[in-house]
Amino acid sequence: MTHFSAQQEQVVQQDQMLPSEPPDDRFHRALLHNVHPRAWRNPKSADKYNLVIIGAGPGGITAAREAAALGAKVALIERNFIGGDRLNVGCVPSKAIIRTARLYAEMRDADNVGAQVPGSIGIGFPTVMERMRRIQARLSRADSAQRLSEAGVNVYFGEAHFAGPDTVEVAGDKLRFRKALIATGARPLTPPIPGLVEAGYLTNENVFNLTECPRRLLVMGGGPLGCELAQAFCRFGSHVIIAQDEPMFLPKEERDAAQILSDALARDGVEIHLNTTVVAVRMEGARKVVDLVNDGDKFSVSVDEILAGIGRVPNVESLCLDVAGVRYDTETGIHVDDFLKTSNRRIYAAGDVCLEHKFTHAAEASAHIAVRNALLLGRKRLSALTIPWCTYTDPEIAHIGLYVREAREKAIPVRTLTILMHDVDRAVTDGEEEGFVKIHVRDGTDRILGATVVARHAGEMINGLSLAITSGIGLRTLARVIHTYPTQAEAIKMAADAYNRTRLTPTLKSLTRRWLAW
Amino acid sequence: MLDRFQRAAFGYFLEQFNPENGLVADTSRAGAPASIAVVGFALSCYPVGVERGWMTRADAAARALVTLRFFWNSVQSEQPDATGHKGFYYHFLDMKTGKRVWQSEVSLIDTTLLLAGVLTASVYFNGNTPSENEIRECADAIYRRIDWQWACGGAATARQGWKPESGFLHYGWDGYDEAIILYVLGLASPTHPLPEDSYIGWTATYQWENIYDYEFLYAGPLFIHHFSQAWIDFAGIRDRFMCEKNSDYFENSRRATYVQREYGRRNPYGFEGYGKDCWGITANDGLGSRTQKIDGRERRFLGYAARGVPYGPDDGTIGPCATLSSLPFAPELALSALRHFCACYPEMIRESRLPSGFNPTLPGGGPSGWVSEGYFGLDQGILILMIENYRSGLIWNLMRRCPYIGNGLRRAGFTGGWLS
Repeated sequence: MTHFSAQQEQVVQQDQMLPSEPPDDRFHRALLHNVHPRAWRNPKSADKYNLVIIGAGPGGITAAREAAALGAKVALIERNFIGGDRLNVGCVPSKAIIRTARLYAEMRDADNVGAQVPGSIGIGFPTVMERMRRIQARLSRADSAQRLSEAGVNVYFGEAHFAGPDTVEVAGDKLRFRKALIATGARPLTPPIPGLVEAGYLTNENVFNLTECPRRLLVMGGGPLGCELAQAFCRFGSHVIIAQDEPMFLPKEERDAAQILSDALARDGVEIHLNTTVVAVRMEGARKVVDLVNDGDKFSVSVDEILAGIGRVPNVESLCLDVAGVRYDTETGIHVDDFLKTSNRRIYAAGDVCLEHKFTHAAEASAHIAVRNALLLGRKRLSALTIPWCTYTDPEIAHIGLYVREAREKAIPVRTLTILMHDVDRAVTDGEEEGFVKIHVRDGTDRILGATVVARHAGEMINGLSLAITSGIGLRTLARVIHTYPTQAEAIKMAADAYNRTRLTPTLKSLTRRWLAW
Repeated sequence: MLDRFQRAAFGYFLEQFNPENGLVADTSRAGAPASIAVVGFALSCYPVGVERGWMTRADAAARALVTLRFFWNSVQSEQPDATGHKGFYYHFLDMKTGKRVWQSEVSLIDTTLLLAGVLTASVYFNGNTPSENEIRECADAIYRRIDWQWACGGAATARQGWKPESGFLHYGWDGYDEAIILYVLGLASPTHPLPEDSYIGWTATYQWENIYDYEFLYAGPLFIHHFSQAWIDFAGIRDRFMCEKNSDYFENSRRATYVQREYGRRNPYGFEGYGKDCWGITANDGLGSRTQKIDGRERRFLGYAARGVPYGPDDGTIGPCATLSSLPFAPELALSALRHFCACYPEMIRESRLPSGFNPTLPGGGPSGWVSEGYFGLDQGILILMIENYRSGLIWNLMRRCPYIGNGLRRAGFTGGWLS
């Protein structure tokens, strides 16, 4: 018999009010069929697997496919849904709704590009979410349990834990392994705010289950998730209040990027509270009353829902890592060396469970390294990766490599070549002039140390710079690369051209002048 | 022409001065409190008034003395209605009582600007008279009382401020801003100096950028390129960063002016009036926070805000005082802009005094569009000092004689030029 305290009972009641499951429509059922088939039977375990992978998110799937392609006997274990956060509660659903939100914003701003603003712009929130579920279902096909099995991966569903240094137990089966990979990902951090749990709150794990757009929404945290969803829900018609416990949004990004984002959110109508901390939450009738503090000044807001986006913690509990001799930390995750090996030489880790940069592409790249190192005696290093990232607000904010402050901390002299999007023809014709391309180079050279792009399609544009950095291509070479005209990515070439102009020193100019006069 | 504008600006400090305590109002609007930074500008402007023959030396000394006496004798404590704490002062004070108002913060940068004025007065009033002797004694005591070490709040660099209700402010200094003089004065303190490496820590967030083909240490609002430079002549002296870039802060302000002019020319957001002679995006007054559709385009306007170039925010508001304050660095640009303002926007210039802002994009009583009501002390103060530095170099020359400035610059790593 289970005994609940009064507080626990209240928590359960409130939790029941929040959407723990998406609507049971055909798209959701199709998704489930792919990511966790109801009738799935775990395979008969092999004598000993070459690789057992715990967690079928992007990292786990990448590792499983690669290992199977190499001819390894592979087991992939998932306790919830194949695809992890990316497909189920992360990038895919958020980008799907952001696309619709962007269209609504464009409709309202139609006259900016010479079109007529539609007479009435109705928001069909259920339709938005249904499209999102349709996209999830469609994208889930590629890595469905069935498809992974067909690729030679033994897919297990169930809660896994280590039963020894070379054994994992799942759903009553003991899987012995030569090598294992932990790719269990991360989950939203629960903010320790009095009254929040009792009142109930949204995170990325349940916000995409909403069937109605909250009339008033408080977003706690001005990181990527908070900013993306604050803007999207505002564009869906919510009155969105965002409280950020820092002087600017995206504190790791350049301040000019954060400034542009702040202006963009304000223009959309988001109520912004920077340097503001949420200190308590209480219920008043059906409304959630949130107490906030800004520089000692206290005030309250009343909202329908609260969305917490204040960070993520690695999924390390319940794995019995101690039994396997794997060292870990509940805040930073599993300890790995530069080869992604844990303190148990048979066990590796990849993705959010061990990385500072918790991105899908970082998980996949690290999984690739881990598989090579684990199965092929590889010596690939995590530190050799140059990982770009992007916050998908409007405009998008993308970054790769070093920030100026990081370069200066390493005593690297740095200069920045900046091109404003308002000087890029295609950005002007598209009415998407907000933002910039900043490329940081080592002073006195054309070597690219890092770059930040703020633009409508910054996530696409950063890939060219990622290629340049990874391939060791400098700005002088980039200036010779012919870019199609007119494109927004031409800004990168313009920065390279600006670099070339700085090479024309007064002495050089005088020499060329003499040459031409002769 | 310059004399006319400088003298008109000087009038602000005569009109907004409280003879009982030396405080000067933040703005000319009714009920405005005193701003300690504006008092700093006032103290720096009195020598200009004397040298230009707009006031007697005795009058100037009397004004300076009453001010310094107030700041030395006013209440310093953790109490929320004190005048200051740890030698620093609250940003805004009641004009009559001198107590904290608006729940403002103990402000490091505003105390620094006040202090710059205090030290200017102490150097200028070097006579052997009871009042001028007392000015120097008070000034030195005020400076020595400041606990710069406390102002770091345990961090490597200075915090922005402190409130009795919540402690040190959350905001960090990030990137180049108007705080060089803060570090210079903090490092030079003979009593409680800033840590030696705090300046290096602060400059670690500098960004050297190539924008519109100008290479410079970037800061968006124009005033950032003026405020420390109003008191310190940076021509020819360099810290480690400027040595690395083969430049100095004077040259940097010149390039920043050219970037502003270039931004005005390009006018990316299509604001009315912007052009080669209409620029000056800075921290200044604005219409107020609102969205308005103008010529089919939705525009978001701001109140008093730090506007910047080229990343914004920019709502079409020009700060003519900042434009003219670029005079020492790029006189060819500033004078051309001033002539343009006089020719095209005469109605925003009242009795030769420039407002904090005007916005030709917003419909108003003339081509200037919206014009800021009244005047702001910071705008008038910087204008007076920069015109004077252009005309005679008075403030720069005075501050070269201030030992704290020289010591602070050297501790921050500046070498060369007049420091040699």
